Amino acid sequence: MKKIVNFLNKQTWKGVALLGLSILLMIVGVVREEPATVLQKAVHICMECIGIG
Amino acid sequence: MGRDKVRKKGILRHWFQAAFFAVTNGYAVGFLQGKIYQGSTKALCVPGLNCYSCPGALGSCPIGALQAVLDSRSFTVSAYVMGFLMGFGALFGRLICGWMCPFGLVQDLLYKIPFVKKIKNLPGHRYLKHLRYVILALFVVILPSVVVDIVGMGKPWFCEYICPSGTLFGGIPLVAANPELQSATGGLFVWKVSLLVVTGVLSVISYRPFCKYVCPLGAIYGWFNPVALYRYTVDAGKCTQCGACQKVCRMDIKVWEKPNSVDCIRCGDCKNVCPEGAIVSTWEKRKEKSRKRGR
Repeated sequence: MKKIVNFLNKQTWKGVALLGLSILLMIVGVVREEPATVLQKAVHICMECIGIG
Repeated sequence: MGRDKVRKKGILRHWFQAAFFAVTNGYAVGFLQGKIYQGSTKALCVPGLNCYSCPGALGSCPIGALQAVLDSRSFTVSAYVMGFLMGFGALFGRLICGWMCPFGLVQDLLYKIPFVKKIKNLPGHRYLKHLRYVILALFVVILPSVVVDIVGMGKPWFCEYICPSGTLFGGIPLVAANPELQSATGGLFVWKVSLLVVTGVLSVISYRPFCKYVCPLGAIYGWFNPVALYRYTVDAGKCTQCGACQKVCRMDIKVWEKPNSVDCIRCGDCKNVCPEGAIVSTWEKRKEKSRKRGR
């Protein structure tokens, strides 16, 4: 019989840790001014995305 | 009884998907004028594959944003976009694919069109399901970072050559409403529209072929399914392994064996069809616990 997967607590902590890490990564990204690059690309029509090149 | 619940909850999910699309693509003027929104919210990523060149888009597509940072001269990695992807993944996993992705909604609706013989998976499914990882590595990460021009700028390979979501939500509405863009269309536009048509036709025959085989965003979120705060658990005491969950699952997952499979888009059909109520989400479990404590 196959093992039934049920691992709530251990996995929840992994999720919380990843969530914390994600916030940390976003802060690092903001400090490196990455959002400006994203914004610069996103506020102009992306010719590649729409198939014009 | 279970089938009826699946149908009713499915309708609810589609309304949620539509509402989420409306909220994250609320710049209605853009559709009429053939323009895109240019506000500062576009520095933030939305969870689904939602092209930032969609006239209504208020946020950025995480896959587009990742390529934008990687193919720029200034950065070789993107902590910012990786943070968004990890955050969304750690909270929801592929619940995003099932409930918050506009292109997922389109495929869901196309699958409702009657066809002579619907098939669960495309031929070669066993191998094809790994294609999304190749696309993620090659078209999203490696090519935009490595293939650069004389000033060090790369290009968004996935968006340019593959993404049918960009063609549908960005390309077609913009080209339809903007005469200047109409005159600029050429072979690439024909290629992308052809890919969109093929994806659309396959979506009528088989459930969400783009999500199963191509989507790099789904590939990333899938890795988080086993650890995301929203997960499924199977109560071993209740489960009889009747197989009803796999039968109803259009992603073809043996839910009783792998409730947190990387392929699961959390549509919830398995939970709703289970005659024993053995499959529950972590959120429902927590709600149940706190209700019991409150008694």
